[in-house]
Amino acid sequence: MFKRIIALAVKEFLALLKDKKSRFVIIVPPLVQLFVFSYAATYDLNRVPYAVYNEDRGVAARNLLAGFQGSKNFRRVARIDRSGQIAPLIDRKQVLLVVHIGPQFSRDLALGRPAPLQLLVDGRNSNTAMLTLNYARDIVDHFNRRWSAAHQLAPPPVRLDIRAWFNPNLVSRWFIVPGIVGLLTLVVAIMVTSLSVAREREQGTFDQLLVTPLRPTEILIGKALPGFLIGLFEASLIMMAAVFWFAIPMRGRLLVLYLGLALFLLSVVGVGLMISSLSVTQQQGLLGAFLFTVPAIILSGFATPIANMPRAVQYLTLLNPLRYFMVVLRGVFLEGAPFSQLAHQLWPMALIGVTSLMLAGWLFRHRMY
Amino acid sequence: MTRPREPGAVVLEFRDVGKTFHAGKRAVVALRQVAFTLRPGGVTGLIGPDGAGKTTVMRLAAGLLAADAGQITVLGLDVARDALAVQAAIGYMPQRFGLYEDLTVQENLDLYADLQGVSHGERAQRYRELMHMTGLAPFTTRLAARLSGGMKQKLGLACTLVRAPRLLLLDEPTVGVDPVSRRELWRIIDRLVEQEGMSVLLSTAYLDEAERCGQVVLLHQGDVLQQGAPGALSERMAGRSYQVTAAGIKPRALQQRLAAAPGAIDAVIHGDGVRWVTDQPAPEGVLPPDARVTAAAPRFEDSFIALLQTLDGGRRIEGPMAGVAAAGVKAAPAAPVIEVRRAQRRFGDFYAVRDVSFDVAQGEVFGLLGANGAGKSTTFRMLCGLLPASAGSLRVAGVDLRHAAAAARARIGYMSQKFSLYGNLTVRQNLKFFSSAYNLTGKPREARIAWALEEFDLAAQAEAVSLDLPLGYKQRLALACALMHGPGILFLDEPTSGVDPLARREFWRRINRLAESGVTVMVTTHFMEEAEYCDRLAIMAAGEILALGAPAEIKARAASAANPTPSMEEAFIALIEAQPVEAA
Amino acid sequence: MTTSAARGGWRMRLRGLIRKEFRQIVRDPSSIAIAFLMPVALLLLFGYGISLDAEEVPVALVAPQPSAASASFTSAFYGSRYFAPRPMPDMAAAEAALMAGRVDGIIRLQGNFARRLEGGGSAPVQVIVNGVDANNARMISGYVQSTWANWLAQRAQAAGGELDMPVQVEPRIWFNGEMRSRNFLVPGLIAVIMTLIGALLTALVMAREWERGTMEALMVTPVAIREILLGKLIPYFVLGTGGMLLAVGMAVFLFDVPLRGSLWVLLICSSLFLLAALGMGLLISTIARNQFVAGQVAIIATFLPAFILSGFIFDIGSMPWALRGITHLIAARYFVAILQTVFLAGDVWPVILPNALALLLMAALFFGLVRRNSRKRLE
Repeated sequence: MFKRIIALAVKEFLALLKDKKSRFVIIVPPLVQLFVFSYAATYDLNRVPYAVYNEDRGVAARNLLAGFQGSKNFRRVARIDRSGQIAPLIDRKQVLLVVHIGPQFSRDLALGRPAPLQLLVDGRNSNTAMLTLNYARDIVDHFNRRWSAAHQLAPPPVRLDIRAWFNPNLVSRWFIVPGIVGLLTLVVAIMVTSLSVAREREQGTFDQLLVTPLRPTEILIGKALPGFLIGLFEASLIMMAAVFWFAIPMRGRLLVLYLGLALFLLSVVGVGLMISSLSVTQQQGLLGAFLFTVPAIILSGFATPIANMPRAVQYLTLLNPLRYFMVVLRGVFLEGAPFSQLAHQLWPMALIGVTSLMLAGWLFRHRMY
Repeated sequence: MTRPREPGAVVLEFRDVGKTFHAGKRAVVALRQVAFTLRPGGVTGLIGPDGAGKTTVMRLAAGLLAADAGQITVLGLDVARDALAVQAAIGYMPQRFGLYEDLTVQENLDLYADLQGVSHGERAQRYRELMHMTGLAPFTTRLAARLSGGMKQKLGLACTLVRAPRLLLLDEPTVGVDPVSRRELWRIIDRLVEQEGMSVLLSTAYLDEAERCGQVVLLHQGDVLQQGAPGALSERMAGRSYQVTAAGIKPRALQQRLAAAPGAIDAVIHGDGVRWVTDQPAPEGVLPPDARVTAAAPRFEDSFIALLQTLDGGRRIEGPMAGVAAAGVKAAPAAPVIEVRRAQRRFGDFYAVRDVSFDVAQGEVFGLLGANGAGKSTTFRMLCGLLPASAGSLRVAGVDLRHAAAAARARIGYMSQKFSLYGNLTVRQNLKFFSSAYNLTGKPREARIAWALEEFDLAAQAEAVSLDLPLGYKQRLALACALMHGPGILFLDEPTSGVDPLARREFWRRINRLAESGVTVMVTTHFMEEAEYCDRLAIMAAGEILALGAPAEIKARAASAANPTPSMEEAFIALIEAQPVEAA
Repeated sequence: MTTSAARGGWRMRLRGLIRKEFRQIVRDPSSIAIAFLMPVALLLLFGYGISLDAEEVPVALVAPQPSAASASFTSAFYGSRYFAPRPMPDMAAAEAALMAGRVDGIIRLQGNFARRLEGGGSAPVQVIVNGVDANNARMISGYVQSTWANWLAQRAQAAGGELDMPVQVEPRIWFNGEMRSRNFLVPGLIAVIMTLIGALLTALVMAREWERGTMEALMVTPVAIREILLGKLIPYFVLGTGGMLLAVGMAVFLFDVPLRGSLWVLLICSSLFLLAALGMGLLISTIARNQFVAGQVAIIATFLPAFILSGFIFDIGSMPWALRGITHLIAARYFVAILQTVFLAGDVWPVILPNALALLLMAALFFGLVRRNSRKRLE
C-alpha cells in the first residue's frame, strides 16, 4: 500500500514539475509576488506631501514647522499665502495635508494662551488621513513638551506614556510580511491541488486510476502529498526571505510554526482537492479555486482586522483556514507565542483539513457526470 | 447570382506546398512539396492515416494557415494574398463541425447566413432547401448540443452551405458518426455535386469511402503518394485478392494463419471467411486442407495497405502472447466471466442504458457496437465499477459490482477511449506508475516493464514523452499499461478510433493472441468491419441492445432477398432502420 | 458574388455575431452570474467585511487603587465607542490577556494616580498596545490620545479655565468628516471587483471558441477579425456596464457612500475602465487560446495586483519608487483614484482627466495588442 502511494505521489510530482511552463508558474510568481507585495503592502506613510499656509512671522511658528520639515514622514511640496489656494491643492491630491498657522499664533503662545493650529487633511482615504493626523500630532506634542519645558509651564495633569509591544516602532512590514507568507502558501497549494483531479477527469486518466486496485484513501494521499510538499518547500523559502531579507524577527519556536504550517497545508490541500473532485472540467476547478481564494484572503485578517467585521462575517471567517494560520504566523514570528497559546488556532485547521479530505475522497468515486 | 468567369478549369491547385510546425525547439514537417489539382465538379477524397497531414491541407486551402513554400490557388485566387476573398467563395466544415452547441438549429443557420452575407430575401428559400436536404426541418428549435452526432454533422454541413459555395472542403466529416448517418451524408454530397455543380474535397480515414470519390489523393506523412481515380489504384491489386473460407477452423485462426503466410499483404475477416491479399496465393502448408480460395474483386483498401506496408515495413506478430492471464485458462469455459442482467443507468430522466442483459464467456472476444451516444461507454463504465448501475445486476469475474467492486478491479484491465495516459511522463514512467499501482514491486516489476517494452515494441521509445508519440504507439502503450498485472478480463473502449488501418490490424492481431491465451476481451467500436473480429457482439442503439449474437448470426438477421450476404455495416443499418424513428 | 459585396456586409455580420453572443450568454447563465451575482456577493461580503474602523477595542484597565480621580479618567474610556475596557486586578493578568489576544492594549494607572493628580503634578498613565498589527496599534493609540485630550479639555472646562496646551491641534478632515473607512473602501472595492469581473468575463470567451473549434468555422467566413473582436467586446461591455451600475447603486444606497461628483462623469470613467479591463481579458484569452492557461493568468494578473497595488487600501505614495512605477501598469490604480474623488470630493477635473486619459491609453494599448495578436490564421 505504501509503495502504491509513493508511486502515485512520484507520478504527480513528475506530471507537475516536468513541464517547464508549469514549473515556472508554481515557483516564480510566488517569489516575485513576495517581493512586490512586501514592499507595496504597507500602512506606514512616508513622504506625505503637505503644504504650509503660514500667516505668522514669529519664531515659534518657524520652530513648529521645522518639526515637520525634519520628519521623514512628511515632504513639503508647496507654500501658500492665500486660503483660496488650499482647496485646489487638496482636491487635486497634490497634498494630503495643509498646515495652517493663523496670524495670532506666536502672540497667543507668548501670552500663554492656547494657540490653535489648523490641520486640513484629505479624508478620501480615511486610513491615510488618520495616520497623517497621528504623525502630525506627534510632532505637535513634541513641540508642546519642549515649549512647556522652556517656559516652565505646568505639565498636563495626566500624561500618557504609550508603548507598543512586539513591534516597538510599529513597522507595518512586520505585520504584512508574515501575512504574505500565509497568502502565497495558500495560493500555491490551491493552484497545485485544485486542478489535479479535474485535469485527470478531463483527460480520462482518472478512470484509469480508479480501475486500479488503488483505494480512494491511497489516491487521496498520493494526490495530497505534492501540494503538501510543494507548499512546505515554498513556504520555507518565503519564510527564509522574510527573516533574512526583510529582517522580520523570528521570536518563537520554529517547531510550532511548522506544526501550524503543516496543519494549514493539510486544510488547504483538503479544500483544493475537494474543489477539484467536485468539478468535472478544469474550468470549473479554476472558478472554484477562485471563489475560495479571494474571500479567504480578504476575510483572513491579512489586511484588515477580523475584529472590525460585523458579527455575521466574523462567524463566516471561522471556516477560513487562513484566518487561523495568520494568527499562528504573526504569533510565532513577532510574539514568540508558545504552542499552548496557539492550540486554539491549530485544532480548527486540523478539523477543516480532515473533514475536507474525507469529503474529497468520497467525491472521487461518487461524483459522476 | 452571377459567377465570375472560370479562370481555367481548376478549382484548387497545390503547387509544391510545404508546411512545417514549430513546437518549442522541435520542428514538425506536416507537408512536403505537396502538389495536386482539383477539377470542377465531383468529389475528391483526401485519404491518409492519422497524422498524414490531411487537416493541414484543408486549412491551407481555406487560408487558415499560411504555407511555408509553394503556392495554393483556389478558384483562380492566390490564397496567400487574397484569403478573405477565398473564404467568401468556399465552404469549409472543420472536424468538429464548428457549431455553437448552445444555439438552436435555426440560430446557428441565422448566424452563418449573417456572416456569409445572405440577404434576408434569399434566406427563406435557401433554408427550406437545406432543411429539406438534411431532414432537419422538424428540429429547428432544438439546441445543437441535443442533436445526435449525425444530425450535428448535417447541421454543420447546412451552415457551410447557406450561401452555395463553389468549392466545399469537408474535414473528416464522417468521423464518429454511425453508418446510417454516413450514408445519408454521402447522399447529400452526391446531390450537391450533381445538382449544384459543386466541387468537393473531403478527407477521410474510412477507406471504403475512398471508393465513392471520383478522384483520390493519397497522403502519407506529409507526402502525396498517389493521385488518381480509386478504381485505377485498386486495379493494381487485381489478381492478388482472394476470399478464403474453411469449414473446420474459426475465421480468426484462419486469418492469423493467412496473415503469417509468406508473401501475404493483408488478411482480414470478411463475411464468413477471410479476405486475403497476397503475392503467393498457394504457399506450402498454410492453407487448411478443406480451404476454398476464390478470387475477389480488388478493393481500394488492398492497394492502400500494400502501399503503406512497403513504406512502413510490416511487422509480424504471431502466436499466443506470453505472460498474460495464466490464471484463467484452466477454468471451465462454460461459466460466464461477465454477467449483465437488466442493467440500467439513468442520468436525470435520460436513460443512457436501459434493460441491457448479456453474458461473456471465458476467452471470448465480445464486441459492443453502436453509434456515439448509443450507451456503449456507459455500459463499459458500469462494468469497470466506475459508475454504479441505477438498476439491475452486473457481475464481473464472479463478483457482484454492487458489493465488491474493489475485488473485481484487481482482475480487470481497462483501456479507456483516447488512450488515457499521463501525457508528460515518458513511456517508462507510465509503465512504472501503472505497475506500482497494480502492486508490482522489485524484481517482478522490473521484469514486467521489460516484458511490456519488448512485447509492445516500445523499447526504442522508452524514454520518449508519451504525449509526443504517434497515436499507434500511444495505443500500444495504453494496452501495455492495462496489462501490467496480467488481468483475466480486458476492457477496451474504442481502442482503434483515429488509428490508421495498419496499426488497427496490428492491434487486432494482439487482441487475438490475448484471447488465445485465455483472456476475456470486451471491446467497443464504431468501425463495423472490426465487429468481424469478435466472437460475439451486441449492437446497441439508444441505450438498448438491438441484436446479440455471433457476427454471422447478426448478418443473417439482416439478410434479405435483395441482399443475401450483407456486410456488417449493411446489417447495422438495416437493424437501425427497423427501429421507430425518433420523435421531434 | 463579389468580394466588395462581402466586405460591405459588415453591419449584418456584426449584428449576427452580437446576437449570437447574447444568445450564448442567456443560454449559459454563468456569464450573467459573473456579471451580476459576483459583484453583488463580493461587494456585500467585502463591503461589510473590510473595515479599518476599530470599534469597541478590548483594552485592559489596570487601576490598583480606585479613587474618584481615577474613576473620572477611566469613565472617559467606558464612555467611548472606540473602547470596551475590561478591568483587571493587576498587571500580570493584563499582560496575560494581551499575550492571549483577548485584549489589544493595556491602560495602567499608577497606585498614586489620585495623589499626584490632586497634588497638581502630572500623573503618568502607561499605555501598552499590541504592535503586531502596526496599523491597528496606531489607530488604537490615536484613539487613546484623543480620549485623553478630550478628558483634559473637559476637566479644564469644569475647572472654569482653559486647557494648558501651548499648541492645540484643530483637525479638519475634508470629504469624509466622520472618517468612515467604508467611504473609501467601497469605491476602491468597485475597482477591484470590476477588474476581476472584466477579466473573468472575457478571459475565457476567445479561448472557448478556440477550444470548441468554432473559431475555425468563423474564420473561413468572410468575417474580418475586427468584427469578431467587436462582436465579443460589445456584449460583454453591456453586461459589465450592468454589473458596474449595480455596484455603484449598492455603494450609494446600501453602504451610504456619498456621491458628490456627477453621475455621468462616473459612467464615462467606468466605461473607460471597463474597456481596459475587458481588453486585458481579451488579450489574455487571445494569447492563451486555452481556457486553463487563460484562467491561471487571469488569477495571477488581476486580483492580487488590483488588491495590493491599486492604492485601494495601501497608499501608493509610500511605496518604493520602483513599485510606484509598477503600479502605473495596473488599470485599477487610475480607476481607484477617480472613484474615490468622484464619490467623496466631486468632479475634480485635474484628478479625473489625467486618470481617465491613462485608462483610455491602457484600453487602446490592450486592444492594439489584441488586434496585433489575432490574425485570421490558426497558427
